[in-house]
Amino acid sequence: MNGILQDNKIRTAVLIIGIFIAFIVMVLSVVLGYTDTSLSMAIEAYTAFNGSNEHLIIQLSRVPRALVGMAVGISLGIAGVLMQALTRNPIASPDIFGVNAGAGFFIVFGVTFLGITSIQQFMWIGFLGAAVASGLAYALGSAGRGGLTPVKLTLAGAVMAALFASLTQGMLVTNEKALDEVLFWLAGSVEGRKLSMLAAVMPALLIAWTVSMLLSRQLNAFALGEDVAVSLGQKTVIFKFAAALMVVLLAGGSVAIAGPISFIGIVVPHFARYLVGSDHRWIVPFSALTGGIMLVLADIGARYIIMPEEAPVGVVTALLGTPFFIYIVRKGIFQR
Amino acid sequence: MRKYWVIQRKSFSYLIDKKTTFAILVLTLVALFSMLVSIGVGELYIAPFDVFTALIGSGLEMNQLIITEFRLPRVMVAFIAGASLALSGAILQGVIRNPLASPDMIGITGGAGFAAVAFLTMFSDDSNNLLLSINFLPLFAFAGATIVAFLIYGLAWKDGVTPIRLILIGIGLMALFQALTTLMMLMGPIYRASQATVWLTGTVYGTSWKEVKAMLPWFLGMLPILILLVRRLNIQGFGDDLTTGAGILVHRERFMLLMVCTALAGSAIAFAGAMGFVGLIGPHIARRITGSSFGGLFPASALIGGIMVVLADLAGRTLFSPLEVPAGVFTAAIGAPYFIYLLFKNQ
Repeated sequence: MNGILQDNKIRTAVLIIGIFIAFIVMVLSVVLGYTDTSLSMAIEAYTAFNGSNEHLIIQLSRVPRALVGMAVGISLGIAGVLMQALTRNPIASPDIFGVNAGAGFFIVFGVTFLGITSIQQFMWIGFLGAAVASGLAYALGSAGRGGLTPVKLTLAGAVMAALFASLTQGMLVTNEKALDEVLFWLAGSVEGRKLSMLAAVMPALLIAWTVSMLLSRQLNAFALGEDVAVSLGQKTVIFKFAAALMVVLLAGGSVAIAGPISFIGIVVPHFARYLVGSDHRWIVPFSALTGGIMLVLADIGARYIIMPEEAPVGVVTALLGTPFFIYIVRKGIFQR
Repeated sequence: MRKYWVIQRKSFSYLIDKKTTFAILVLTLVALFSMLVSIGVGELYIAPFDVFTALIGSGLEMNQLIITEFRLPRVMVAFIAGASLALSGAILQGVIRNPLASPDMIGITGGAGFAAVAFLTMFSDDSNNLLLSINFLPLFAFAGATIVAFLIYGLAWKDGVTPIRLILIGIGLMALFQALTTLMMLMGPIYRASQATVWLTGTVYGTSWKEVKAMLPWFLGMLPILILLVRRLNIQGFGDDLTTGAGILVHRERFMLLMVCTALAGSAIAFAGAMGFVGLIGPHIARRITGSSFGGLFPASALIGGIMVVLADLAGRTLFSPLEVPAGVFTAAIGAPYFIYLLFKNQ
């Protein structure tokens, strides 16, 4: 399959333009919102800090959330690519497969029963939840006759998502205080996240980004089919394990910091494939960039939907993502 | 001894499986007994036999009052809700030809939940009072379920509706409605969010004869339609081509079944909240008892679903007393591990 950008030079150029756009979007994210600020004010907040309300907002709220949004968007985009390639399922993504819900459940469990408060603990328990949920979805999807099929995997994931969602709800019913704390986080949001939170998950995310880039050539071989991959000398077991581990790092880290944000992981890889075709060495960076841009844009949008209050960005991505999701399904990728 | 009884007349013939009939009889007894126990247990314990005598109109007057006014309607709502949800799941699993399908999975529950939370949020004033009577909530929930069902069907339509498209679109819409529900909860005060969470978990707390009267027609009304459709649903299991070959208008049938499924799930969710996993697990347990022919599967599913919710409500009332835990917590807590066990066992 060829994308609309055929030449590697053009692809590189677009990628650079993309980085530029990502930068502009982040600047917009710092400037736009309920409190009016300007670009010069944003620069002054760091060069000539005067303790004013605007400067504080820029330093403590706007800049962190732009960075968090970008990091989470990049991670979800890459996680989506890895999952879609691994399962050969065009609607694979952390949210549809219940990975987000699993991490969410573990975190709410930690808050309710183990008294967890720090972001480091959030992160580890989020990773654990993501790992358990993806393991379960995979095991359930390959159980029974016929082994692992894309549709079975999707269903198993949806069941896991429903399971974790209702267990989470069950815990919140008995605990109104936890509900108040967790509700906003449960919808997926980058608002109010501190830089220290980002710093806590950043090492894990950075490792996962790098390894995913390194795996992209292997992804190409794997996409040709497992038999072909083996005959090309790929150690598919090790490869699958490594890729799955990256998914857990990416999804778990994202959920730990921003809550379960939906649809970025599904939509972004499709857009990237539309642009550059089926070569994963290009799909991975394009997805990363698109994911980051999309999430930051969605977050800017989230500030205006129910102004003066803020909507969680997860709601915005769901609103934008569902039509696209339905379009993918209707295109008839699953025939039976 | 033959495996079947044969009932044959000029215009119809039925094979009745003896084993299935026996199983359904046993299930009916279990259902009745669990209802008797559940009616008896509470702040004032009444022995099952005394419950029975009170129900047939004799025994202590106080027992009669407690039972007929408070406990009986609640247990009945629990049973009807469970039965409706499990039936709805059984139908959906037949239509979609996948044992993992259920109303919670394809967004019907999500639509009802969103409508209910929207009702709680939009119609309360600044001091947290509802502007409309809470009695309108079921109407909203039901409308939500129906609209989503039509939406799924319409969006899945492309020269007909295939089971795969139905469920995938359903899963997508489920995610959307969950997000919208959270948005609604955030827009309202935390008191409303907490109220909505209880409802989203599923509870039969505070139900009365009014709810029984409202639910019963939906439930009973769907039964004759199901009896008519049972055999053709069996044939649908062989695939679209064969079904069409057997002279069945697949798409019309699928639409009707989806509507029956929505009516059942919608009415249950409207009055008992979004009770999780009953629609998924009920039919599974039933299938292990009666096999996959829908003639036996439907009544068995309904009975098992009913028993599940009655017992879940009983557990919710008694285990953590004086705290009342919504029944849905237990249906999820029991249903989910059972489901995982099932899948691993099938491996």
